Amino acid sequence: MTLTDLTIAEARTGLKKRSFSARELTAAHLAAVEAARPLNAFLVETPERALSMAEASDARLARGEPRAMEGMPLAIKDLFCTEGVLTTAGSRILEGFRPPYESTVTANLWQAGAVMLGKVNMDEFAMGSANITCAHGPVESPWRRHGDNRPLVPGGSSGGSAAAVAARAAIAAIGTDTGGSIRQPASFCGIVGMKPTYGRCSRWGIVAFASSLDQAGPMTRSVRDAAIMLGAMAGHDPRDSTSAAMPVPDFEAALTGDIRGLKIGIPREYRLDGMPSEIETLWQRGIDWLKSAGAELVDISLKMTKYALPAYYIIAPAEASSNLARYDGVRFGLRVPGETLDEMYENTRGAGFGEEVRRRVLIGTYVLSAGYYDAYYLKAQRVRTLIARDFAEAFTRCDAMLTPTAPSAAFAMGEKQDDPIAMYLNDIFTVPVNLAGLPGISVPAGLSSDGLPLGLQVIGRAFDEETVLRVAGVIESAAAFTAKPDLAGGGR
Amino acid sequence: MPALVEGRTGAWEVVIGLEAHAQVISKAKLFSGAATAFGAEPNTQVSLVDAAFPGMLPVINRHCVEQAVKTGLGLAAEINLVSVFDRKNYFYADLPAGYQISQYTRPVVGKGRITLDMTDGSTREIGITRLHLEQDAGKSLHDQHPTRTYVDLNRAGVALMEIVSEPDLRSAEEAGAYLRKLRSILRYLGTCDGNMEEGSLRCDCNVSVRRPGAPLGTRCEIKNVNSIRYVMQAIEYEARRQIELVEDGGAVEQETRLFDAGKGITRPMRSKEHAHDYRYFPDPDLLPLRLDPDWVEALRHGLPELPDAKRARFISDYRLSPEDADVLIGERASADYFEAVARGRDPKLAANWVMVELFGVLNRLGRGIESSPVSSVMLGELLDLIQDGTLSGRLGKEVFAAMVDTGKRAAAIVEERGLKQVSDSGAIEAAVDTVLAAQADKVAEYRAGREKLFGFFVGQVMKATQGKANPALLNEVLRKKLAG
Repeated sequence: MTLTDLTIAEARTGLKKRSFSARELTAAHLAAVEAARPLNAFLVETPERALSMAEASDARLARGEPRAMEGMPLAIKDLFCTEGVLTTAGSRILEGFRPPYESTVTANLWQAGAVMLGKVNMDEFAMGSANITCAHGPVESPWRRHGDNRPLVPGGSSGGSAAAVAARAAIAAIGTDTGGSIRQPASFCGIVGMKPTYGRCSRWGIVAFASSLDQAGPMTRSVRDAAIMLGAMAGHDPRDSTSAAMPVPDFEAALTGDIRGLKIGIPREYRLDGMPSEIETLWQRGIDWLKSAGAELVDISLKMTKYALPAYYIIAPAEASSNLARYDGVRFGLRVPGETLDEMYENTRGAGFGEEVRRRVLIGTYVLSAGYYDAYYLKAQRVRTLIARDFAEAFTRCDAMLTPTAPSAAFAMGEKQDDPIAMYLNDIFTVPVNLAGLPGISVPAGLSSDGLPLGLQVIGRAFDEETVLRVAGVIESAAAFTAKPDLAGGGR
Repeated sequence: MPALVEGRTGAWEVVIGLEAHAQVISKAKLFSGAATAFGAEPNTQVSLVDAAFPGMLPVINRHCVEQAVKTGLGLAAEINLVSVFDRKNYFYADLPAGYQISQYTRPVVGKGRITLDMTDGSTREIGITRLHLEQDAGKSLHDQHPTRTYVDLNRAGVALMEIVSEPDLRSAEEAGAYLRKLRSILRYLGTCDGNMEEGSLRCDCNVSVRRPGAPLGTRCEIKNVNSIRYVMQAIEYEARRQIELVEDGGAVEQETRLFDAGKGITRPMRSKEHAHDYRYFPDPDLLPLRLDPDWVEALRHGLPELPDAKRARFISDYRLSPEDADVLIGERASADYFEAVARGRDPKLAANWVMVELFGVLNRLGRGIESSPVSSVMLGELLDLIQDGTLSGRLGKEVFAAMVDTGKRAAAIVEERGLKQVSDSGAIEAAVDTVLAAQADKVAEYRAGREKLFGFFVGQVMKATQGKANPALLNEVLRKKLAG
């Protein structure tokens, strides 16, 4: 048995049966973290902390008091503030920043017994779809195309999280998803990634990108693991005014495998011109799986789909331009001196922010400016309302939706990089879900012709993660995705 | 009648609107639990939210909302059951987040009004445009180091109410009266202490001039004036400056100006071209603020009596003159004090004692009525001794002075010093006889028609009795004896 191949559910059983200790489980993953260093997934490794947390888990296991995530070694996206541990959001501007506080989501996970392996790489401030905008260098996917050794992108922005989980360097990871940043890298790396309903997980202590869209979620190697982990992450937090005062259901219990009579919507606007036929084929296969499991397929329309990306690329940068104003060199992180206060701001922000962040701050500043606000920001907010209405209407006719996660498999580093628009198109199927605040999950469902993972996305009603997980579980069983990346466990 | 200002080329009307920034009385800040006490060591009352650390989120302080709604109700204003917090974006070292959370398009309080009592007895209604909640910024200290600026974030995030008036004010005097009235209402409500020296009430003044009846002129905004006197001086100066500018053929430019209290002038701070583009948008970290109408109604019913109502009641119930009522209602504490003293006693007597004797002492001691050395109960006891004839008015003042000095009650001082008024007619007759015998020549003069000498005899008897003789009784006895 290879400890690093276990899912959370399997490791849970193993720990309970004393087949191995939490310390052994963590140690195996720490070795895998070391072996996976060429991927540049981990920015900070915290082995001592990991081992001491694992020992505490063993103590609780010995007392017969295991918690939901007892002993599970996790990779933490660098967007989560972790007390005393370097937190940079993948940016130079947060150079040396060690928060004196712990984010609610990570605190919840530690409270549930999880173990921290370290902080993982990401696109700078979560802005990107390929994990190439980070200040600490790009993350490499553990996957390779058949017969092609060019390094591939893991997707983004939670690329470090996805690569770490796919490479078996972490049993699971947490990511954040603003426009697809969990689901798209999950799809690219052949793992499960879930964005819960907006408000399900607290945003307190997560470095903000676009506050009305950001949401934390689990990245795992099975749907069951996502259910277990989401249960530990979620919950109302009075410190986040947008966190929902809703009870957290037993998500794992929702995985009945029974979707008979469930209505699954297939949004016709998601059939894009020029979409690779293997994506079409995969989608059709997913439809067939659900049909044979007893679900009823419904053709639905989400008319505003084509406006989602433009609206997103106004709203998200607008919020980001304001959220990132606090990185001014005055109180923490990088400061590059100047003759005047304005000069210090310019020097600091010029040196501290990378190109993509600067681009979005400028776009965001522009769309909020006097004279442009109505034409851009306000109109985008109206579009957002209409998109949410589209979904709400569609959900009167179906219980969940099935779509591809991304319009393509992972691409090679260097591809699509000179054209931001082509890059933004990666998120075409995921962005509307964020705009509507709904839960969505990406499940690995097959391989492309050149051997790369492809994901299918299940979208659900607000706060109905249970149905989403149930449908995802059925796809997972039917797809029986067992492919492993070339670089899993550090070796080929 | 709008007050007009005479220029070189004719009459001008001055148009003024005020934006008051009133610090909400609250132990905690608007969106964080940090303390708000004035005068603490720099950066000791700062939470991670106030310092805008990554991932920190604002949570609205319910008490501050309650204070704003109470203030809105006190200004007879519409309460908006749904309001929205917006971000006002600009960079400054003492604005940690790079934006101030404020309310832009949908404030918590809408249109209201303040009634001014003018010196001629008439009243003027001044419209309130809106009241919104916002965060204060921190403080930049430029004088602590030759080349560096220090930042104190104690004030960052403290709740302010911005109270905007309509451009209904027409003179510096009206602006002063408006601010005094506003401050009085805020203090009555307990929503702002109105302490301008500590900066808990600051004012931006929008001033323009026009020919009577003409459309509004271009306005200048004078920022952050921190006393009522300065507000009046600044308006006075600014109106005069604009009139002279226009009369000399120039034009007023819309700009932000500062008041230089030392020189008594306003000078430009930044022009419109350099005006900030604040890029307001709804704060995505905060949901719209929704108020329960029942909660608002409960606040409405719980409001204290406000200055206008109290003034009217003092005039009708206690038969006070409007001038006396104005003096007594200025501060809620004074009005309460007066009412405690007046209860069951002669209100006119009570009013005089509070306004003349008590206020005189407080002025001399430089103390507020809250820390008066003589409580309302103690002053009431003194007035009882005067009303029942135990003390004459003169003795009363003497006892009062002793009460101020010693903190003892009136009865104790009377006892101690034997100051009790002598109302025994036998004792008074004896004293009168002694005086008249000693002043036989004056008695003869009096009887010959110099009736003015009556006062002299009263004085002599008072002297002989150490002022304790009951004045009414003394007069009666003396008159009888002198008549022979």
